[in-house]
Amino acid sequence: MAAIEILDLEKSYLVGFWRKRPKLALRPLRLTIEEGEVFGFLGPNGAGKTTTLKLLMGLVFPTAGTARILGMDMDDPRVKSQIGFLPEQPYFYDHLSARELLNYYGQLSGVPPKGRSARVEQMLARVGLSDSAGVQLRKFSKGMLQRVGLAQAILHDPKLVFLDEPMSGLDPMGRREVRDMIQQLRCEGKTVFFSTHILSDAEALCDRVGIIHQGELRGVGAVAELTSQTQGKVEIIFCAQGVPADLTSLGAEARVSGDMVNAVLPEERQDAALEVLRRERLKLISLTPVRSSLEEYYIQKLRPAENRKGVGV
Amino acid sequence: MNSRIGYIAFNTFREAVRDRVLYNLIAFALLLSGTAILVGEISIDIERLVVVNLGLTAVSLFGVVIAIFIGIGLVSKEMDKRTLYTVLSRPVRRWEFVVGKFFGLTGTLVVNTFLMAIGVFLSLLYVAHKFEKMDAWVLVALYFIVLQFLIVCALALFFSSFSTPLMSAVFTFALFVIGSLAEDLRGFARITHGFGGWIATAVAYLVPNFSALNVISQVAHGDPVPGRLILYNSVYALLYSAMAISGAVLIFQRRNLK
Amino acid sequence: MSATRRVNLVAIAVLSFSMAGAMATLCAIDHIRRGSVGQEALYLRSSKVLRRLSLGYTGLLADIYWTRAVQYFGEQHHNGSGDFRLLAPLLEVTTELDPRLLPAYQFGANFLAPKPPSGAGLPGSALSLMKYGVEHNPDQWRLYYNLGFLYYTEFKDYAKAADAFAQGAKLPVTNAFMPILAAQMAQHAGEFDTARMLWFTTYQSTKEAQIRQNAVEHLLALQVDEDVTRLEQVVEKYRAQTGRLPASMSDLERAGFIHGTPADPKGRPYKLMPDGRIEVQNPESIFFITKGLPPGAAPPQPPREARPDSK
Repeated sequence: MAAIEILDLEKSYLVGFWRKRPKLALRPLRLTIEEGEVFGFLGPNGAGKTTTLKLLMGLVFPTAGTARILGMDMDDPRVKSQIGFLPEQPYFYDHLSARELLNYYGQLSGVPPKGRSARVEQMLARVGLSDSAGVQLRKFSKGMLQRVGLAQAILHDPKLVFLDEPMSGLDPMGRREVRDMIQQLRCEGKTVFFSTHILSDAEALCDRVGIIHQGELRGVGAVAELTSQTQGKVEIIFCAQGVPADLTSLGAEARVSGDMVNAVLPEERQDAALEVLRRERLKLISLTPVRSSLEEYYIQKLRPAENRKGVGV
Repeated sequence: MNSRIGYIAFNTFREAVRDRVLYNLIAFALLLSGTAILVGEISIDIERLVVVNLGLTAVSLFGVVIAIFIGIGLVSKEMDKRTLYTVLSRPVRRWEFVVGKFFGLTGTLVVNTFLMAIGVFLSLLYVAHKFEKMDAWVLVALYFIVLQFLIVCALALFFSSFSTPLMSAVFTFALFVIGSLAEDLRGFARITHGFGGWIATAVAYLVPNFSALNVISQVAHGDPVPGRLILYNSVYALLYSAMAISGAVLIFQRRNLK
Repeated sequence: MSATRRVNLVAIAVLSFSMAGAMATLCAIDHIRRGSVGQEALYLRSSKVLRRLSLGYTGLLADIYWTRAVQYFGEQHHNGSGDFRLLAPLLEVTTELDPRLLPAYQFGANFLAPKPPSGAGLPGSALSLMKYGVEHNPDQWRLYYNLGFLYYTEFKDYAKAADAFAQGAKLPVTNAFMPILAAQMAQHAGEFDTARMLWFTTYQSTKEAQIRQNAVEHLLALQVDEDVTRLEQVVEKYRAQTGRLPASMSDLERAGFIHGTPADPKGRPYKLMPDGRIEVQNPESIFFITKGLPPGAAPPQPPREARPDSK
């Protein structure tokens, strides 16, 4: 059974003060996420990631379309007790302590009173907040709030966890911890749907990624496949006004930007390429193995829109 | 009773108390005890009158300001700071949130009024040295004031279900002022004719009737309040609040949270 | 969707039920508190206190009190209670809050002095209200007029009435009738003409519906009183000439004393009684008349059900 089945979910807002016109925030989106999968929702800021999450949480209502979550209709009240949600840059009741907040959320989620406080302590320990559990949240740092946010999202042991930009605003240590926690959720067999604009996070964690831009899903791919595609390639950057013909004949994909050229070619032709540069007396800037194919994929998926935009005007 | 409503109500109450909303009590206590002492010194024979008039008016005004302040503040804060996201992504229906908030807010106001009422009776004791039978009517006046807060709270919730905090405060306060003149307004409506008269009558009956809930000067003079008025006022306040709350629920049900 | 729809339906049901219930309760509350608009005036007689309570918005508060006064009078009149105790304090508070609120004085002059049920029967209060008004608005001929009117109708004090009219007549903005009224007061001349001029001036100088209606009714009554007086003089003249009473109006017409059949302002012919008196056909239809009534009948008053403001 699919954990999430998004069936042409669509959202447009009315903008403008006097004559309101609809602005499309999310074009009809169709996407299926399997149970036990860690899915990364990638896109630049304002691409429609948060809108999608808010639609699924029932915080905003779709203009058209629907979704099924854990086999139930997204409006079904029973769905809510089986999902956890961490909003972007979470903020909680200032005057509660972390313990009180989790206890309150436990009550709202229907965690039975019997094991509730034990469960709360367990969660506090898991996110490393046991020592400051009695401190009011207004004294918490951003990173600590993010941890509280994670704790509340998994407090009631949901099957499916939605995380909106879980790593944003965190220091490297914090990001590491959040990564570990998502890994752990995967091990526990939970489905994780998280949005991010940081590619390395997605690459490290996700089974699959979806790329969204300007409210439109541009592509979905398995991370393992994407990375295998470009394994064993190198990227050479050098100064030149154009691409030498010899280099092209080596099978390099080259791009000119200003007086620099960026060429990608298979690893085994690396020496031949450097020989060409020496012969042509071109200045080499760098030579790096291409690791992140996700980035390539990402940029490739975003680019058509830019072109389209240019033509459309 | 739905337990989630209770949890939300309790959390609202706890937040209001911790947000030092009840600090107004200090200002209130200072004002009242200062007046009681001053009045005890200078106004012979009408000490009781002045203390009751001033005390109850202060309870009412302080309370209304607090009611608007927390009624709108605590709701709009939930939306602004997006704490609402983490509440509504749980098995909490939107109507439960609205109703729970309402109960939490009224609970806060009842406690607030209770403490202020103690202040009023203490200063009454200070100037009169004893309680009289007619002081019981002061309790009725206080009860009516609590009913006023019920309506103000419900209105504050109603307006903040679709409007900005500032506009909600303005609307609610405006309705409080208009409602305090409700009987005059109905008087106007009665002597207006034609289409304008229809509109005026509709408006006059739709605005909350705070004037019947204000018996301060009556009880200051020790006049009794008819039992039927107590009954009808209670029914009215409950129905009016229910009306505003169900309006708030209807709007909030279809609101897209920003 | 169905859960949401169910909540919506319940909310709509609660909304309509509670709205209807609240309105119904409001009507019940109004019923209990009938006449309570003026109640505060009982407690807050001191306009100084009110002035402070108003936080400087005395104009608004005066307007509110003014409507309360009008409403109170209308309501008591409508109920037929004839109890207008609060009218004087309400008007006093109104005018003390805003001493330049002229309609309040005119209202007071017309309805404070007359005896119940058409007024509060407090000529003393009316007089002090008018004096206060003249003191604070020395440039308003209408107030002098009202003062003179009061002296004339309620106190029969011609000298003071003449004085008031004369003072009003000297103002830069005044009414053409004022000097004439002053003169007439001085010589107690022409009862009917004076009264007619008085009521006519009242009618002219206000926009207040209740006052205008009252003035119209008095003018009609004056017309009847004057007609009856003149007709009875004619009958007297006829008897002096012929030595007997006329048997009918046509006797008078044949003798050349009158032309056509005289009728009252409502168009009903006057009745010639066997003893030579003139009577109106329907005494109840014209209020305030003092003549043309059956022997011993009291001057008819406006019926209690008639809302004075319903004109």
